[in-house]
Amino acid sequence: MIRLLALRELRSLFALPSTWFILAGLQFVFAWFFLARLEAFLQVQPQLAQLANAPGVTVTVAAPMFNTVALLLMMLVPMFTMRLIAEERRNQTLPLLLSSPLSSRHIVLGKFFGLLAFLILLTCGVPLMLYTLVLGTALDHGLMLANLLGLLLLTASYVAVGLYISALTAQPVIAAIGALAVLAGLWLADIGATAEDSPWHALSPLNHFQSFNNGLLDSGDAAFFVLFSAAFLLLAMRRVHNNRIYG
Amino acid sequence: MILMRAHILGYIQPNSQPRLSPTLSDATSETTLSARNLTRRFGNRQIVHDISLELKRGEVLGLLGHNGAGKSTTMQMLTGCLLPDSGTIQICGIDLLRRPLLAKAHIGYLPETPPLYRELSGDSYLTFAARLRGMKAADVPGAVTQATQRCGLEAVRKKTIATLSKGYQQRVGIAQAVVHSPDVIVLDEPTVGLDPAQIRDIRHLIRELGNKSSVILSTHLLGEVESVCDSVQIMQQGKLIYGDTTSALMSYGGEPGKLEENFIRITEPHV
Repeated sequence: MIRLLALRELRSLFALPSTWFILAGLQFVFAWFFLARLEAFLQVQPQLAQLANAPGVTVTVAAPMFNTVALLLMMLVPMFTMRLIAEERRNQTLPLLLSSPLSSRHIVLGKFFGLLAFLILLTCGVPLMLYTLVLGTALDHGLMLANLLGLLLLTASYVAVGLYISALTAQPVIAAIGALAVLAGLWLADIGATAEDSPWHALSPLNHFQSFNNGLLDSGDAAFFVLFSAAFLLLAMRRVHNNRIYG
Repeated sequence: MILMRAHILGYIQPNSQPRLSPTLSDATSETTLSARNLTRRFGNRQIVHDISLELKRGEVLGLLGHNGAGKSTTMQMLTGCLLPDSGTIQICGIDLLRRPLLAKAHIGYLPETPPLYRELSGDSYLTFAARLRGMKAADVPGAVTQATQRCGLEAVRKKTIATLSKGYQQRVGIAQAVVHSPDVIVLDEPTVGLDPAQIRDIRHLIRELGNKSSVILSTHLLGEVESVCDSVQIMQQGKLIYGDTTSALMSYGGEPGKLEENFIRITEPHV
């Protein structure tokens, strides 16, 4: 059932022309960033070659690229999550799901995995571009893998927040602005807090992504993403269930 | 508080309630839907007062009433979209509140606004609806073809729903409610927005569906009741104030054939 709902979500996304525009536009943006980073690297490469333990192409091109994608996703994900439940409410399609043999868990997880699959598709251009570098040089696969895993967990946490906020309202625009406000707020609180041990650092998904970005697989950071996503997904399930109580 | 929640979820049931057996041998008299003592309030407003309904297989029940009488709320509760404050609902002998996933597989529901994913084609939407109700993948194409034929959608089945006219959209809405051949079909004002020829076709379809399943439909149109329904329940301010067969309503108060006047005579003293 979860798979069925996820596939429906994907089908609806691909039926919209705007989805294809965003897909195409983003590949262009990603390629632009990639080429800009690569050019910067090629310019400083002669100087780097003289250093004893010089940073390689993965550290200077791939890692900053993933960092940029993480920041871009923070602004993009709310544009996709806004539709998830708010639009079902506005178009009054929710009764179809509520009167079908589905629990709130199925509805929320179906939407979550559907959108996550789409976002994976959206960002899979990034590792593909980076892996073209294999043609000319050696890549640090460990660092790449850590970044990919971190990006996946980060995206999941963004989707969970957006999904919950979409479940709170019947207006997709409000859901988008709300999710953006929460995600950007957490990020700004994180970079604004100067104290080393400020609790804002612990709350920000982007901050937890940094260790993945540096090639560090920290189980604490991974646990944060899992707990963060699970918490918002549970809240969203609760919200969908409340539909049956409050109408 | 815990006790109250348990009651809402249907864990505590009055002992006096008779058990309904799903294995009744006589298919024509099998009870498919039985709702007892449903109440529902929104805030301080009591929308539905103590409603009990029973429906047998092969029966078409018309739920009549003025606007705001609580018809839609009752239908939402019968389909599991809304939890009642108290009362029990059984679909084919399965408690809807205790085992919602099992019970809901037997329900087809058309809400007031048809729940259409407008960006999908009629075919893929109906396929989704059928799979959603737990049909096996192999049975789905046949069921979708049958539903499109029954609702007169063959010509538009490949078209995006958003491009269809309101009448066709309404028919897609009816098709999604019947695609999985449910035992209980709940239709909230099914003929709204249709032209006279379509209304005739849909009434014919409802009659046909009523042979195999039970149908509840709400309507303002008394002619619809006359031509389609076996029995009638009239709702007024959240209460059922009259319930009998359609022919009994027709001859209510000794004035045979004047459905409209009888309806007004029943509802007026309560306003």
